[in-house]
Amino acid sequence: MMRFVLTLGFVLIASIAQAVQPDEILDDPALEARAREISQGLRCLVCQNENIDDSNASLARDLRLLVRERIMVGESNEEVVDYIVDRYGEFVLLKPTTGGWNWLLWAAGPLLFLFAMATGALYIRGRSRATASTEAGLSAEEKARLEQILKD
Amino acid sequence: MITELGHFALILAALVACVQAVVPMIGAHKRWPGWMAVAEPAATAQFLLVLISFAALTHAFVTSDFSLRLVVLNSHSAKPMLYKISGVWGNHEGSMLLWVLILSLFGALAAWFGGNLPPTLRARVLGVQAMVGVAFFAFILLTSNPFLRVAVPPFDGQDLNPLLQDPGLAFHPPFLYLGYVGLSICFSFAVAALIEGRVDAAWGRWVRPWTLLSWMFLTIGIALGSWWAYYELGWGGFWFWDPVENASFMPWLLAAALLHSAIVVEKREALKSWTILLAILAFGFSLMGTFIVRSGLLTSVHAFATDPERGVFILGILVIFTGGALTLFAARAGAMQAKGVFGIVSRESALVANNILLAVACFVVFVGTLWPLVAEMLFGRKLSVGAPFFNMAFTPFMVMLGLLLPIGAMLSWKRGKIGRVMRQLAPALGLAIAVAGLFWTIQSGRSLLGPVGLFLGTWLIAGAITDLLSRVGQSRDYSRLLRLPRADWGKAVAHAGLGVTMAGIAGLMAWQQEDIRVAELNQPFELGGYEFELLGVERVRGPNYFSTMGEVAVRQDGAEIAHLYPEKRDYPVAKMPTTEAAIDYRFLRDIYVVIGDPQQSGGWTMRVYIKPLANWIWAGCIFMALGGILSLTDRRFRVAAGARKAAPAKGVPAE
Repeated sequence: MMRFVLTLGFVLIASIAQAVQPDEILDDPALEARAREISQGLRCLVCQNENIDDSNASLARDLRLLVRERIMVGESNEEVVDYIVDRYGEFVLLKPTTGGWNWLLWAAGPLLFLFAMATGALYIRGRSRATASTEAGLSAEEKARLEQILKD
Repeated sequence: MITELGHFALILAALVACVQAVVPMIGAHKRWPGWMAVAEPAATAQFLLVLISFAALTHAFVTSDFSLRLVVLNSHSAKPMLYKISGVWGNHEGSMLLWVLILSLFGALAAWFGGNLPPTLRARVLGVQAMVGVAFFAFILLTSNPFLRVAVPPFDGQDLNPLLQDPGLAFHPPFLYLGYVGLSICFSFAVAALIEGRVDAAWGRWVRPWTLLSWMFLTIGIALGSWWAYYELGWGGFWFWDPVENASFMPWLLAAALLHSAIVVEKREALKSWTILLAILAFGFSLMGTFIVRSGLLTSVHAFATDPERGVFILGILVIFTGGALTLFAARAGAMQAKGVFGIVSRESALVANNILLAVACFVVFVGTLWPLVAEMLFGRKLSVGAPFFNMAFTPFMVMLGLLLPIGAMLSWKRGKIGRVMRQLAPALGLAIAVAGLFWTIQSGRSLLGPVGLFLGTWLIAGAITDLLSRVGQSRDYSRLLRLPRADWGKAVAHAGLGVTMAGIAGLMAWQQEDIRVAELNQPFELGGYEFELLGVERVRGPNYFSTMGEVAVRQDGAEIAHLYPEKRDYPVAKMPTTEAAIDYRFLRDIYVVIGDPQQSGGWTMRVYIKPLANWIWAGCIFMALGGILSLTDRRFRVAAGARKAAPAKGVPAE
């Protein structure tokens, strides 16, 4: 099911080209590696959650060429990304910034983890100090049934 | 005629579900045996009716009955038979019918194998299951009816999306649904237990096989989808952290947590309310997945069901069931007190840690998936949360899980000793460090990803083996291994499978090699120690497509090791191309070749990848599923699921 939607996304961008083309590749392998790294962090705007490095869409190709153009001008990776964000908005960034309320996105996991660890630790401590007396809470009838089930 | 019978059967099934949702619930409340007994035949009848309905729709697809709107939109007379059948669920309406078919199947299974449940619990479980059913029957009949006719039938259909015409994807949805919808039984058990007001060891034991079954199917379904993406989309990606993928991954994580917490309920009568909560949330996330896929809320490009009316309907179902169950939970959870006592260092504590890590990992995926929506609605920012975020935020929890797993799996129940376990695991740890060190020195100067992944993989696999060997004890009588309970084998195999998958993911991501070029005929080129040569390109005709098929020879040290035929297909009816990568599958690496367009200067665009350990990703999933099957066939579960004939008659208190 999940794939259906992804694929149907591909239908709409019916391929004209295929991801990175040989004619796009820069002669200098170091610069090309930088271009690939930048491309993998930029979203293809007409695709569904695909980066421009993998995308078949012609817009992605335009962006790939733009990235390489900026690299050839001598800009750093950050400058290239800023240049593209200025023109296309922060929607193109696959890795969201930490600015504004986005800190909450980044901190949500670690915060919940700390909270869960604290809760879990308290719970385990409670269990290790509890007395086993409550274990006799079943009625004789229930015990018989439980035993029968567990024995089987 | 057959179509109308199918339509009629579906309506009847909906009515049966209405009865099953009401009568047994009243019966259980009033303790009327006759009313409670309605549940079982009703569940069976409901399943059979939906089966008839599904068979009728399948018949229409198989015979290419183009008077049916759904068949026109999703089939073609020239399509191979396999895809005519898979076309039944390759669309919104048909997949919803498959969804209710599986929902009623699980209801029927619970009725058939629930012989040793207390009558009130069984009546309530089936009643709750039918309530979910009623909602989905209403959804299908009111908004997504698959049995609509067209006034003037066309001569032929519009064909199924060619990307879906693939064996891997033909079986991906049924498995995924078996997993998603299987969790409905856990949900029904949880809600029924809340209504009953009691959760005990026996409850934990009843829920475990159902969770295991759903989790196993989810594992297979997700793996099939991921494998399909790997070979079909043309660059060998296997996971994209797409909202729709995440929608299936979250229930998987929660089901894995539920699987483990139910063990604590069964063994120690602790973690009861948490387990109930997990069962509710796991199914809630399944419903949310359905909502995400079919509402078009999160995915900007989609075509499954863009109808807002449908989205609102599913949102309603989600809110009513999850919200209702959580309200009930809030009212009743306090009554469920933990009974068992266990030490701080114990298997129980390790399982608590497992649950924390899995639940937090699921939460990270959840926040990342919904954040674009939150940011747009609350802060007016249009932004994306993609793979780089998930890789950074999600991976640490999986690494922690991998580190703790072998230790936790070997700790004793109630009161364990870390020192003793670590002494037993020392060889496994040493081996893992050696493997990681070896690859760290070989690769030099690259990321930590590969060595860390291989460390975890080795640690998990060797840890699982150590666990099994430790059961032999001092006797060195290895025949005892074969006599171990199947559940022990299942545990070891599934845990080792996780290790295999982790190693595969890390290996593929860290050491993939790639070459993109214009390949000229008969001009060999090299990548990663292999020599590739494009020998020729042909136009080939398939049953419902045309193909440009390249012939590529792969050589190592001058000797040919593989002959590959990458294809680029054109489906004239659906008017879209697909790439069919040619892959040489090997144990340690795949060679992955894709052919592109012809160039004006001569030659073809070609992409060649060396993908180390790629197969391990799916092999690990197979191991995990196999572990699930082994555990399911354990004698204790067969008894608990009620498969034994003698069980129901005796020992059930007359409540």
